[in-house]
Amino acid sequence: MRITQGTFSYLPDFTEDQIKAQVRYCFDNGWAFSIEYTDDPHPRNSYWEMWGLPMFDLQDLNAAMDRLDECRKAFPEHYIKLNGYDRTKGKQTTMVSFIVQRPEDEPGFSLDRTEGSDRRIQYTIRSRSKSAN
Amino acid sequence: MAGNNSSGKKKSRWAAGITPYAEMGYYDADYDPKPTDILCAFRLVPQAGVDPIEAAAAVAGESSTATWTVVWTDRLTPYEHYQAKCYRVDPVPGTDQYIAYIAYDIDLFEEGSIANLTSSIIGNVFGFKALKSLRLEDMRIPPHYAKTFQGPAHGIVMEREYLNKFGRPLLGATVKPKLGLSARNYGRVVYEALHGGLDFTKDDENINSQPFMRWRDRFLFCMEAVNRATAASGEIKGHYLNVTAGTMEEMYERAEFAKDLGTVIVMIDLTIGYTAIQSMAKWARRNSVILHLHRAGHGTYTRQKTHGVNFRVIAKWMRLAGVDHIHAGTVVGKLEGDPNAIRGYYTTLRSNKIDADLSQGLYFEQDWASLPAVMPVASGGIHAGQMHQLLHLLGEDVVLQFGGGTIGHPDGIAQGATANRVATEVIIQARNEGRDYLNEGPEILNKAARWSPELRKALDIWKDVSYDFESTDVPDAVGTVTVA
Repeated sequence: MRITQGTFSYLPDFTEDQIKAQVRYCFDNGWAFSIEYTDDPHPRNSYWEMWGLPMFDLQDLNAAMDRLDECRKAFPEHYIKLNGYDRTKGKQTTMVSFIVQRPEDEPGFSLDRTEGSDRRIQYTIRSRSKSAN
Repeated sequence: MAGNNSSGKKKSRWAAGITPYAEMGYYDADYDPKPTDILCAFRLVPQAGVDPIEAAAAVAGESSTATWTVVWTDRLTPYEHYQAKCYRVDPVPGTDQYIAYIAYDIDLFEEGSIANLTSSIIGNVFGFKALKSLRLEDMRIPPHYAKTFQGPAHGIVMEREYLNKFGRPLLGATVKPKLGLSARNYGRVVYEALHGGLDFTKDDENINSQPFMRWRDRFLFCMEAVNRATAASGEIKGHYLNVTAGTMEEMYERAEFAKDLGTVIVMIDLTIGYTAIQSMAKWARRNSVILHLHRAGHGTYTRQKTHGVNFRVIAKWMRLAGVDHIHAGTVVGKLEGDPNAIRGYYTTLRSNKIDADLSQGLYFEQDWASLPAVMPVASGGIHAGQMHQLLHLLGEDVVLQFGGGTIGHPDGIAQGATANRVATEVIIQARNEGRDYLNEGPEILNKAARWSPELRKALDIWKDVSYDFESTDVPDAVGTVTVA
């Protein structure tokens, strides 16, 4: 399965130029750019691993792409996402967040049901990835 | 009313009988509103022969301390303090209308109560015989008063962080047909739409607990659908479970059950009343459940230009009352909405400090003092082919609800959902790339339709759908910004 978290998961995977264009959009807005990776993309996994700190002062597109390449080399079979963060008052949150690398075979999730009384069901979504188990 | 029978000779303020409201202190052209005052802009049409200033003073009087005759018991109070003061009356050029600006001292209102605020300001005056019609156009809520309300249970930022969805409009659909589906069939629509790519599905305003589908059955099947779709997509999904009911006790029961089943969001209708809305907003914050409000019924009093309450005022009350979502118009869809007026509603719901801007119908500045923002919801007759216009008009902090535009897709509900999601993402991508997405929109969508058969079908089937009717309610063409 293809997980569809992120701003652009319904589009074909971005080319390097398309990724760059989105990073430029972050720079132009003054947003801090960051890279995160994981092999457990559970929908409630808020904390993917940080590939270094958010790059608050970076304005060099090529340098940003180099950082992404380093992450890809270190974790070729992980999910990697890029984020743009806006610190301005009233926002103080992520403004764009999209997946730029996926494992070849996405293991997806299973849905566990625990049946209770009066037809209630407690649902648990489990990652099928190795590290999550 | 005094304006009809005052003979021109001024009486003493305290002489028994009827004294013009303006002379009783309800009109004061020199009054300089205090930063703590609640300010109102009323559009009024006086009856023939009634002086507009006296009519405006009467509105101030009747919405604060006055009654129809002089009462000596006023003298037991510092009445000057409690009297609302009309401080400005502007004719609306080319009409028989006037805009009256009235200031109310903050002491007139109970803290944290929309019921009290509205009972004062729109309580009695709208049936006043001396006026042909009256409309509350806008209110300035000072931070001192705004801060006595909880405000949105979560707000836009928290909602996005909770749902892990950033940088694009959220997408929803109302389950159709709105009446008659069994709970199991209803859940099927929810599953297909969420699995296909929508973030939310929604009960309609009149889906509560009818003989064809009781609430508990609906909740159980919908949550099966939501969880299946979440597991299948790896994304958080939600269905607005409408907990509207005849009593608060029943609403709490339904909301608690929805929470126990793990829903991220519940829904209420405007028809439940302001106090019930505030109660549900407190419940929603306490229980970490997002609160969606459908503005059912508002068109009865918001639509006509010369009588009622403008929707921007309802939007302000609902931001204070504490809902996270509110339907606020689409511009391009099937329901009433002038583009500038709707821009004003969206600004009112989403911004923190707002300047007066008469072109958007914003009569006053408004400082929300960091009260969280409300997510506007655009719903009613919109489809994927309008995505570039929707993003341009409404921005990205919005829920776009495609009911017919999802469920009416010829290949199926999931395909309809996918078409909407692809259209959204491709237009956002183009915007971020710096393209002129509004003008190039059709071309961008058609290009994506080459690899997305779902989008291709959607563009083809709805290509001729548009609703070009003149709005009944548009901001005045001419006007000046008040300094207050």
